[in-house]
Amino acid sequence: MLDCTPKEIKERTGGAINPAKTCQPIGAMYAALGIHKCLPHSHGSQGCCSYHRMHLTRHFRDPIMASTSSFTEGASVFGGGANLKTAIKNVFAIYNPDIMAVHTTCLSETIGDDLPTIIRTAEIPEGKVVIHANTPSYQGSHVTGFSNMTKGMVNYLSEATLETKKNQANIIPGFVNPGDMREIKRIINTMGIKFIMFPDTSGVVDSPMTGEYVMYPRGGTRLADLKDTGNSKVTIALGSYASSDAANQLERKCQVPAIVLKTPIGIKATDQLLMTLRRQFAVEIPYELEEERGQLVDIMTDTHFHFHGKKVAIFGDPDIVLAMTEFVLSLGMKPIYVLTGTPGTAGAIGSNLGNFEDDVRELLEEANIEGRVKAGGDLFELHQWIKNEKVDLLIGNTYGKYIARAEDLPFVRLGFPILDRSVHSYLPVVGYKGAMRLLEMISNALLDRADRDASDEDFELVM
Amino acid sequence: MAINQKVLEELLNQYPSKVKRNRKKHIIIKDSALARQEIEANTRTIPGIITNRGCAFAGCKGVVLGPLKDVIHIVHGPIGCAFYTWGARRNKAKSEDPTKNFINYCVSTDMQESDIVFGGEKKLARMIDEVMEIFKPNAIFISATCPVGLIGDDLQAVAKAAQEKHGIPILAFNCEGYKGVSQSAGHHIANNGLMEGVIGQGDWEEAPGKYPINILGEYNIGGDSWEVERILKEIGYTVIAVMTGDGSYEELKNAHVAELNLVQCHRSINYIADMLETKYGTPWLKVNFIGVQATIDSLRNMALYFGDPALIQKTEEVIARELARVEPILGQYKKICQGKTAFCFVGGSRGHHYQGLYAELGIETVLAGYEFAHRDDYEGRDVIPEIKLDADTKNIPDLHVTPDERRFRLKISPERMEELKKKIPLRNYKGMNIEMKDGSIIVDDLNHFETEEFIRLLKPDIFSSGIKDKYVVQKMGIPSKQLHSYDYSGPYAGFNGAVNFARDIAMAFTSPTWNFITPPWKNEPLLEGTIAEGGCSEC
Repeated sequence: MLDCTPKEIKERTGGAINPAKTCQPIGAMYAALGIHKCLPHSHGSQGCCSYHRMHLTRHFRDPIMASTSSFTEGASVFGGGANLKTAIKNVFAIYNPDIMAVHTTCLSETIGDDLPTIIRTAEIPEGKVVIHANTPSYQGSHVTGFSNMTKGMVNYLSEATLETKKNQANIIPGFVNPGDMREIKRIINTMGIKFIMFPDTSGVVDSPMTGEYVMYPRGGTRLADLKDTGNSKVTIALGSYASSDAANQLERKCQVPAIVLKTPIGIKATDQLLMTLRRQFAVEIPYELEEERGQLVDIMTDTHFHFHGKKVAIFGDPDIVLAMTEFVLSLGMKPIYVLTGTPGTAGAIGSNLGNFEDDVRELLEEANIEGRVKAGGDLFELHQWIKNEKVDLLIGNTYGKYIARAEDLPFVRLGFPILDRSVHSYLPVVGYKGAMRLLEMISNALLDRADRDASDEDFELVM
Repeated sequence: MAINQKVLEELLNQYPSKVKRNRKKHIIIKDSALARQEIEANTRTIPGIITNRGCAFAGCKGVVLGPLKDVIHIVHGPIGCAFYTWGARRNKAKSEDPTKNFINYCVSTDMQESDIVFGGEKKLARMIDEVMEIFKPNAIFISATCPVGLIGDDLQAVAKAAQEKHGIPILAFNCEGYKGVSQSAGHHIANNGLMEGVIGQGDWEEAPGKYPINILGEYNIGGDSWEVERILKEIGYTVIAVMTGDGSYEELKNAHVAELNLVQCHRSINYIADMLETKYGTPWLKVNFIGVQATIDSLRNMALYFGDPALIQKTEEVIARELARVEPILGQYKKICQGKTAFCFVGGSRGHHYQGLYAELGIETVLAGYEFAHRDDYEGRDVIPEIKLDADTKNIPDLHVTPDERRFRLKISPERMEELKKKIPLRNYKGMNIEMKDGSIIVDDLNHFETEEFIRLLKPDIFSSGIKDKYVVQKMGIPSKQLHSYDYSGPYAGFNGAVNFARDIAMAFTSPTWNFITPPWKNEPLLEGTIAEGGCSEC
C-alpha cells in the first residue's frame, strides 16, 4: 500500500498529492442543507454538483438534494446568467422549496458571473427566497465554502428588528455532523437558554426511515429564525474557520456581538462553551451536565494508562483538528504531527481567523511537546513524516486508511468525509458525551492492536 | 400498472411548458408495433432539473484514464476534481511491481487564485518535475478542469515540453467539465488521446499467444474484468490489453497486435474500436459479460469469429462446466426473485446490460435508461448516419485515423466478415430498446422528479441506479441497488459475477429490516376496550 511514497522528504511546490481538503462548494452545499425547506443550487457545470452530492451522500448515507445550472461551453464563454434564471424558474416550479441557496464553482467565478444582478432579475415566485454565496474552489477549502454560505445566510436574511435584543443566543456549530449539532442543542437546552442554531442539518441528513421519501425533511433552521438571528443577544461561533466570518458579519450588520470559541471537542473546549454561556446568560450549570463532566473525568482517570505518552498524528479540518489536538493533550498523549489541508489564510478577504499553525503550536508548547504542524499540507507529506518517525495512532477522515494500512497503525476515524463506516454522523464527538465516545474509540483502537499483537502468554483478559 | 400515453402526458403536464416539450422527447413507451421509435439523447441538461449527470472531466479522467495504474494522472485545477476521483470509482488494479501502481494516489496542481490570475502553466510544469522525481511513472496524463480552458493555459504545450525534458510520454487531455453535455464528451476526448498517444506506441509486431484479443470499455469495477479474463484465459485467449480496468500504459501501447477487439461498454469506447479497425484492420465484436446467457453468447460469438474447432470445443467445455456449477446456486436465488420488477437506470451501458441478468432471476425491467448515452445506444448503430450534432457537441474534436502503412492487415476476409456479420454483432450494436418489452418505459437523463413519479406509478420491487438516488428510493421502502459501485460488492460480470449479483439482490429482498419501517403503535389504537352502554357503572 502506497509503496511509491519515499521516506525522504523534498519540498514540493507543484500542488497537492493525496489532499487533506476538498473544494469550497461542497461545504456550501452542506451548510445550505441546514436551512429548512432549502434546495442548494450549484452555479457551474453539473459535474461539481454531482460530485458534491455523491460525497455528502456517501458520508451521511442519506439523500442529498441539490440542483445545478448545468453550464455548457456556450454559457462558459458568454456567462451563465440565462442558465441560472432558467434553473430558478424550474426549481420553484418543479421542486417548490421555500428557499434556494446558490453557490458558485471555479467555473462561474473565473467567468465572473454577477450573481446579485442575476438573482435580482430572475423570476422568483411570491414568498420565495433566493440567497447566494461566492465559493471559488481555488480559494481555501470546503470549510471556507461552509463559512461563506453561512455568511451568505446572514447577508440575505438576518434582520435587527427590535430595539432591545432578545435574551437568546445564536449558535453557529461549524462544519460538524448532525449528531454533533443535536448534542450542542441538547447541552444548551439543558442549560435552559433560548437559542437559534444555524445552519442545522440535524433532521435533514440523518432523517428517519418512514417508508415515505420527503424531499424537505423536518430539520433545518427555519427562515423566520434565520431572520431573527439579528435580534439575538450574542452569537457564539464554534470553530473559527467555519463560523467566525458569519458571526462577525452578524455583528457588523445587526450589532449582535460575536464570540468565537473552539469546536467543543474534548473537556477543555466544552468547559469553555459552558462557561461562556453561563457568563452571557447568568445561568448556573445544571447538575446533569456537571455529572456528565464528572463521568468523563472519571473515565479519563480510569483509563489514562491506555493512552498516556502515545504518539498521535491528527489530520483533517482545522477547527476539528485544533480541538482534537487539545483533547489528546489532555489525555496525556503526544500529538507530534498535526496537519490540515485547509490553508492558514482560508477566509474571505478581511476575515479574522486566527492562525492554525500558531494556535496548534501554542498548545504543543504549553505541553512541552515538539511536533510538526502544517496548514495547507497534504497526506503524502504526513505519510512521509510518519515514515521518518512512527506514531502509535492516526486520527483523521477515511483517506487516512491508506496510511494506516501502509504503516500498520491503529486508526480512529474523525471528521469529514468518513465513507467506509456508518453511524458516525448520528453520534456526537462534541460535548462531554462526545468526548466519552472519542475516548472509547481511541481506547478500542489501541487495545484491539495490543490484543492483536500480543503473544498467547501475554494475551490479557482484563485490560 | 402499465403507463400509457395518457398517464405519461399527465406526468409531463406537471412541468413548465418548455420543460415538458423537452422532456417529452426523452421518454418513450416501448411499442414494437411502431416502425421506429426515436428518442432524443445526448442533448444539454435542463438547468435546475436535478439530473444525475456528471461532466466531461469525470468521463475522461474519472472513467477512461483513471484506471490506468502505471500512469500518474495530474489533475490540473482546483482541488475538488482530483479529490472526488480519488478511490471513489471501484476500478481495481494490482501490479506485480507495487512501486509501479499509482491507483491509490491523487495528484492535483491544486490551483489557487494566483494561478487563475497569472496562469497555471508553470505550476503544472513544476508538478510534472516533482512527479518524475518521486514516482518515475511509465507515463503522465494531465486532465484539464473547468477554469483551465477559460484562463487559456496551454496544456498541450506544457506536456510537449515536459515530454522532451523527461523522455516519457506526457499527454494532456482538454476535458474541461463544461465540454459537451455529460460524461460522454470526456469519453470521446480520452479515446482520441489514447489512440493518438498510446495505442500502437509499442514495438510488438505480433501477439505473444493464440487468439489475441483486447477487451474494450471494461473498467474492472469490483473485479469484473478479472472474472472475464479468468474465463477467457481458460478457454485459451491471449488478452493483450484491457481498456482500461487494471490496465496500464505498458499494455495499451501494444494493443495493435490483437486480432479482435471486444466491446463491453459501447458508449465509452466505440470511438477507439472504430479507429482500431480503420488503422489496423482489427474488427470489433459487441460482447456482454453481464448475465449467464449473455456471457455464453459472447463466448460463442468469439469462438465463431476465430472459427477454430479446438477453440469452439474448449469454449463449450468451459461453458458446460461453469453452467453446471452456477445454475443450481442461481436457482435458489431465483425462487426469491421470481416475478418481481426492476428499474434499471445507469450511465451509458449498464442500463441495458443488467436487464438480461435480472431476467435470468425472474425479474422484469419495467423502466430503463441512461444518463448520457447517445441514440445509437438506445436505437442501435443503424441510426448513426441520422444523428445530427448539436451546438453543444460540435466542439468535441473527431479524430480521423488512416490505415497504418506498416501494420494495417485485414484480420478476416471481407467475404467472411459479411458472412459473420449475419450471425454475430461484429462492428455492430443493436441498442437497448430492441430488447425491451412492449409497454416498458425508456427514459433518457432521468431526473429526480421523474424518479419519484415513475416509482409512484410503477411501484418497482427494486431500483437500480447510483449513489445519489439510492437513499431517496430506500426511504420509500424500496430496495435500491447501485449498479455503478455494486454497493461495494462484486464482481458482477461473468459466471461468478452472476452468482454474486443474485446473492446481493436476494439479500436486498429478504433483509428483515424492511419489516421494521412502520412502528407497531402506528397500527394499533392508543386506547383499547369497549365503551359500556349507558356509561360506566362505577362512576
